[in-house]
Amino acid sequence: MDLSFLPVSEQLAQLRRREITPAVLAEAYLARIAALDPSLHAFLYVDADSVRAEARRWDARYAAGGDLPPLAGVPIAVKDLICTRGVPTTCGSQILEGWRPPYDATVIARLRAAGAILLGKTNMDEFAMGSSTENSAFGPTRNPWDRGRVPGGSSGGSAAAVAAGLAPWALGTDTGGSIRQPASLCGIVGLKPTYGRVSRYGLVAYGSSLDQIGPLTRTVEDAALLLEVLAGRDPLDATSAEVETLEMRRSLSDGGTGLRVGVVREGMGEGLESGVRKAVSQAISLLGDLGAEIVEVTLPTIGYALPTYYLLATAEASSNLARYDGVRHGLRVPAEGIYDLFARTRDRGFGAEVKRRIMLGTYALSAGFYEAYYLTAQRARTLVREDFDRALGAVDLLLLPTSPTVAFPLGARVDDPLQMYLADIFTIPVNLAGLPAVSVPCGFAGGLPVGLQLIGRAFDEATLLRAAAAYEQAAGWWRKVPPS
Amino acid sequence: MAKGPALVSATAGRAREPIAAEPVIGLEIHVQLLTASKMFCGCAVAFGAPPNTLICPVCLGLPGALPVTNGRAVALGLRTAVALRCALAPESRFHRKNYYYPDLPKNFQISQYQYMDHPPLGSDGWLEFTAEGAPRAVRIGRVHLEEDTGKLLHVEREGAVSHTLIDYNRSGVPLMEIVTQPDLRSPAEAREFLIALRAMLQYLRVSSGRMEEGTMRVDANVSLRGADGAAGTRTEVKNMNSLRAVERALAFEAARQADLLAAGGTVTQETRHWDERRQLTFASRVKEEAQDYRYFPEPDLIPITVEQAEVERVRQTLPELPAQKATRYVSALGLSAYDADLIVRRPPFAAFFERALALYPNAKALANWLTGDVAGLLNAEDKEVDETPLRPEGLVALLRLIDEGRISGRIAKDLLPELVRGGADPSALVAARGLEQISDAADLTRLVEQALAAHPGAVEEFRKGKSRALTFLVGQVMKETRGRANPDLVNRLLRERLGG
Repeated sequence: MDLSFLPVSEQLAQLRRREITPAVLAEAYLARIAALDPSLHAFLYVDADSVRAEARRWDARYAAGGDLPPLAGVPIAVKDLICTRGVPTTCGSQILEGWRPPYDATVIARLRAAGAILLGKTNMDEFAMGSSTENSAFGPTRNPWDRGRVPGGSSGGSAAAVAAGLAPWALGTDTGGSIRQPASLCGIVGLKPTYGRVSRYGLVAYGSSLDQIGPLTRTVEDAALLLEVLAGRDPLDATSAEVETLEMRRSLSDGGTGLRVGVVREGMGEGLESGVRKAVSQAISLLGDLGAEIVEVTLPTIGYALPTYYLLATAEASSNLARYDGVRHGLRVPAEGIYDLFARTRDRGFGAEVKRRIMLGTYALSAGFYEAYYLTAQRARTLVREDFDRALGAVDLLLLPTSPTVAFPLGARVDDPLQMYLADIFTIPVNLAGLPAVSVPCGFAGGLPVGLQLIGRAFDEATLLRAAAAYEQAAGWWRKVPPS
Repeated sequence: MAKGPALVSATAGRAREPIAAEPVIGLEIHVQLLTASKMFCGCAVAFGAPPNTLICPVCLGLPGALPVTNGRAVALGLRTAVALRCALAPESRFHRKNYYYPDLPKNFQISQYQYMDHPPLGSDGWLEFTAEGAPRAVRIGRVHLEEDTGKLLHVEREGAVSHTLIDYNRSGVPLMEIVTQPDLRSPAEAREFLIALRAMLQYLRVSSGRMEEGTMRVDANVSLRGADGAAGTRTEVKNMNSLRAVERALAFEAARQADLLAAGGTVTQETRHWDERRQLTFASRVKEEAQDYRYFPEPDLIPITVEQAEVERVRQTLPELPAQKATRYVSALGLSAYDADLIVRRPPFAAFFERALALYPNAKALANWLTGDVAGLLNAEDKEVDETPLRPEGLVALLRLIDEGRISGRIAKDLLPELVRGGADPSALVAARGLEQISDAADLTRLVEQALAAHPGAVEEFRKGKSRALTFLVGQVMKETRGRANPDLVNRLLRERLGG
């Protein structure tokens, strides 16, 4: 297999055996980026010189021998919503064009300490608002399996980069499905950790009570490996949890025997593409063959999740995005008075979808509407969470498709926000409940990847990844790579 | 520290136009907490640092930065709420108050907001104090925590604002907001309440409480209660930068409303600013639209939880508070209630008094000097005693020189300003300037003889029975010795010579 498509776990083994060097690895990805990114547009920023310089430093460390950090010399692509010191961070928006954060997000600091090399910053829907990466101010990313289709979103750049072998793995962020849905549409693994598992410090906020950083990888084992580096309590994030970070990989090979998996009835109903239904049904059978007990469960409140999400996430966003006003950073459109400066900067700096969500959220929080919208949505969120807790009291994992459809054509939904919002109908409820979930490739429909979504109990990523790994190894879809 | 001005200007307010209706006043007080670091980040809190040197991604509101609550600030808020006898919420939350202004880097302020099931840190307390010699109590509606904004500096060129500079050093500095119920009935009472509250905050070591430095800021709601008992429309008065300004602004505003009503007009609900130079309140130039702050719970912070056991522990470790202290001064030290109150209402003064008392057991003499001459000098310089070089040791040394007969009280009063301004050692001053009291009978006899010889008229008058002449003659000897003569001895020697 081409070096660029090897799982990181295997690349690390080869590095440690000195069969390859970090410089060789970096050059392989830089070469693919140079060749393929002009048509894919997965990256917003790559500084090849600094990648090479860092790789050479790790070459020397490997040559010198001795103890090395766990990810020594392995490149990683990072969604442009995560702050990187001195490296442009645009959030896919005109309003932050040219801004270089003076600080590293906690996850970046952890990655650097673990020896990872920042390969580049990836494209995304502006401020993570979207499901196709078409809302990027810098142009869409294309799906490696079909350049005429979207890669999903909002972490579409990260998903496409990993799927096309432009990066061994990547960081994404998931507020309503933004890791899992593009992972599904691009045929890779995407993990949204439990809310509070990974520090949000330095993650530019969209919906603060929903946002979580997580891995997009080729294999489940890589997701576990990366999560081990990312996870843990951070004193800079009050919502990061004080829970023990277990070695995520320890139970990966324990197989599927003895797991109780609940198939969510609402996830297999109407609105599901037949190809998706078929692939997911086969995956369910395979899990059963692997020794898992398959039962059907219902989540009656799941239908409230989408409207609930679009009230809460937009309410938080309307406040989170208030700081982009032209005063301190990014774009400034000069004007006579300060309020004109605010208005003109925001009018020019934000795209249509961001404006739409700011207006939705502002409305939901306004006097006279707060109770009807925001508070009602909070109550609905509690119901959804209780629904999940009840279901996960009887089973170890929940199962449903990641996305009701495979990748759709570019432009197909841009004029129909509601259709676009429906792309996340199976992922959004998980964010409301704060639970961990993973999307694993489970086959193809019409030549396009389908993803299987597994949902675990809070802070039980270990069981979630164990089941995902058992399926992945038995199914073997992960070996399929897109045509170059 | 005179007791006068409070009453005088309140009366002046009434004199302008008799206020038929009673003023109804509520106060909103913001105090800066005495923490080393800011409310939601590790930046230092310091006064006078170069602009934009005490900042970080958090207090600058940079994309991606997150707040983390300063535990020390919560502890200070808790201590205040307990001292003000508030009910402590077992769980309270921070909220976002959304509005656009360039001194607010996130364009929302993290504050605590009371909405439905979201209580502030403390609520429903009260503070007792003395106003016009009578005990009073004001109900405290709420005590909550929030963050301060940055500071704007408008740069003018040719009379117009050309641009505005922003200093974010103050951004995120911890503030505590204390809101009273509208229980105050006069501007003088509002002032006395603020003095008592400030004293409490200082004893608690929660805030320096200095209005002039902005570590205590006061806004007021003012309305008039009609003869029928119904509350009138209220105005909010802002921009009062001293206790005196609060009192004068409230007096002006109450009188203004009374004038309006007397002339058949109505009071408009509005925000008015106190103009210190013109001594009046004026309505904001721009008509404020009803602001919708779109409060909602701050999702980046976890709730503040307060255990009942913690409340008890705080209650038991509260320092001696002003009312307790004043009672002790009266009962244990024999001070008058008036003197005790004057000392207690200024914590640095009380600390000074107690340290001096440990060196010098005559509490009444100490209190007399402190509330009289020392207070007079402090007021003239507009300073607290701990802001001057005067030390308890210095004042006690001065009093000892009097007690030992080495200097007269008169000389002591003359020396005091030098102690307050320069921290001089009284014994050294006395020695260097030869101010030691003359108690040598032979020396004084000579001076007495001189005085008698120089003023035969006075001698004549005394013999005619005019005792005032004796005072005159004593004065002449004192004058001759520049106050150094022992007045008792001079008196006795004169009487002996005059055969009186």
